[in-house]
Amino acid sequence: MIKKQSDDKRQWFLYPANLRTKTFVIIILSIIVIVSIFISGYFVRDIPTSFISANQMPSLEHIFGTDWMGRDMFQRTIAGLGLSLMVGFIASAVSTLISIILGLFSSFNRFADELVAGIIDLFGSIPHILLIILVSIMFGGGVFGVIMGVGLTHWTPLARVLRSEVKEIKTKEYIHLAENLGRSKIWIATKHILPLVVSQIIVGVILMFPHAIMHEAAITFLGFGLPPHEPAIGVILSESMNYLSSGYWWLAFYPGMSLLIVVLLFDLIGENVEKLLNPETAQE
Amino acid sequence: MNKNQLMKFFGFKLVRFIILMIAVAIFSFILLDLSPINPVTAYLKGAAVSESQRAILESYFGVNVPLPTKIYHWLLDLAQGNLGTSLIYRAPVIDVIIDKFSASIVLMAISWVLSGVLGFIFGVVAGKNKGSWIDKAVKVYCYAIQSAPSFWVGMLILMVFAVYLGWFPIGFGVPIGVKSTDATFMEWASRLVLPTLTLSLVGLAPIAMYTRNELVQVLSSDYVLFAKSRGEKGWDLVKNHGIRNILLPAITLQFLSFSELFGGAVLVEQVFSYPGIGQTAVAAGLQNDVPLFLGIVVFSAVFVFVGNLLADISYYLIDPRIKESEFGD
Repeated sequence: MIKKQSDDKRQWFLYPANLRTKTFVIIILSIIVIVSIFISGYFVRDIPTSFISANQMPSLEHIFGTDWMGRDMFQRTIAGLGLSLMVGFIASAVSTLISIILGLFSSFNRFADELVAGIIDLFGSIPHILLIILVSIMFGGGVFGVIMGVGLTHWTPLARVLRSEVKEIKTKEYIHLAENLGRSKIWIATKHILPLVVSQIIVGVILMFPHAIMHEAAITFLGFGLPPHEPAIGVILSESMNYLSSGYWWLAFYPGMSLLIVVLLFDLIGENVEKLLNPETAQE
Repeated sequence: MNKNQLMKFFGFKLVRFIILMIAVAIFSFILLDLSPINPVTAYLKGAAVSESQRAILESYFGVNVPLPTKIYHWLLDLAQGNLGTSLIYRAPVIDVIIDKFSASIVLMAISWVLSGVLGFIFGVVAGKNKGSWIDKAVKVYCYAIQSAPSFWVGMLILMVFAVYLGWFPIGFGVPIGVKSTDATFMEWASRLVLPTLTLSLVGLAPIAMYTRNELVQVLSSDYVLFAKSRGEKGWDLVKNHGIRNILLPAITLQFLSFSELFGGAVLVEQVFSYPGIGQTAVAAGLQNDVPLFLGIVVFSAVFVFVGNLLADISYYLIDPRIKESEFGD
């Protein structure tokens, strides 16, 4: 006796929806929030200073309070998040490119595969935060240094996934067939392997994003890279360190909380996209 | 497992260790050499010198020596344990690292043990009561803490416990005006509590999530169903069939977290101005102290390798299944 199980899904929000629709709605809503933060962060540039309203508690007028120069913390936080998202975006693009290249390169032959594994091991053997500092010093610090530092160090998990996928795909018959037909390694890598790992790449990129943003915040918090007048989240937080003992808790609490929410949104998107792409869960 | 296999295992690990260390040393050296930092400028810190003096300093620091020669000398010195002289501390790098690391190791060790034990307990409690409010609470906590920057968590803890409640001092390894050797144990320990708490709270999330998921999986297996049908239930069931199965992988996972532990210590020490290796690394990086920074990078790589090695040992020596499959042939 098979009971119809979809009854509990009926009363979802405004109209009945299945899991697929719900997942789509969650993804789209999260994307809208993130894009709106990014766009408004771009437009918030000159935050007015007024020393009359310095160090105010959060109120209806300034929902995140104001800092020592009377700047509205909400505006600063949004601008900082926008900057962090931008850095995260560029860094993820760089990282993705590297991991795709290395992942496909590992398909060439045994030696290439070992080389890629060695590079992954090398990057994994230094604590991540030190590695980012190392790379950003190499690029001479500044915004560019931070972007490259974050971008050149986040590719290892995705590259590891791609490498193992490539290994599995390489055992398939059509690869041998293509090799016997005299196709070049690059042709096989781009035409036969790359299309099969696209879903892993998409999920990997989305899950890479929050890490990149967190590390960007951490590295700017430590004082590398962005100058103090740029409203990056890390800069805001390290500045608020000076006011902790004065009891200005809102300077640290809200910016960090917003960062946490953005990171959670990315995790949410990543999980739901994976649910859609993964054949095991996509049909639920 | 006989002696021969043990020797083979450690011999293999030793070779790997040496290769990895050489790779790390060369890699980090090249990166720092490519950077626009000029050792003479970093050494002088803006002091005015004549051209001829500058030339002497340049030849002392070897500014114009080709890269392969520099790398060769660096590896040679590294093999002899000579890491150079720190520009900030004006002392041998190895002494600075040992001094600072001994302060950090207490912090890291306590929080490592605490986060492991607490994370495991949380995971077991959550996994046993799957779907209950306690499971949901643990899950929400783990998701939130994994998405939160660890330095921000440290700042919140600092605000609550040090600023509002005033239970603990705000920072520094010892009170201001007291030499670190003169500080009493309590003075020193009270400054260790908050950083340790932060690192533990942050570090327990992955282990708790892992333990929870594993336990849920174990509890839905056939042999647990069979045990239930025999009449086992409650904690005895979890203890006999769950914990024994998940404890080992959890320990291994905890050993593998040395890298994150070090990274967390860097940030947390900065927040609590605890004079450990992390704070020294940041200072070295910010003030272009290349020898010290290189030394710390190499040292941290050793630290991470030891963690991975211990994880491997715990795998190979304790878990009988892997031992058989790996060394059976």
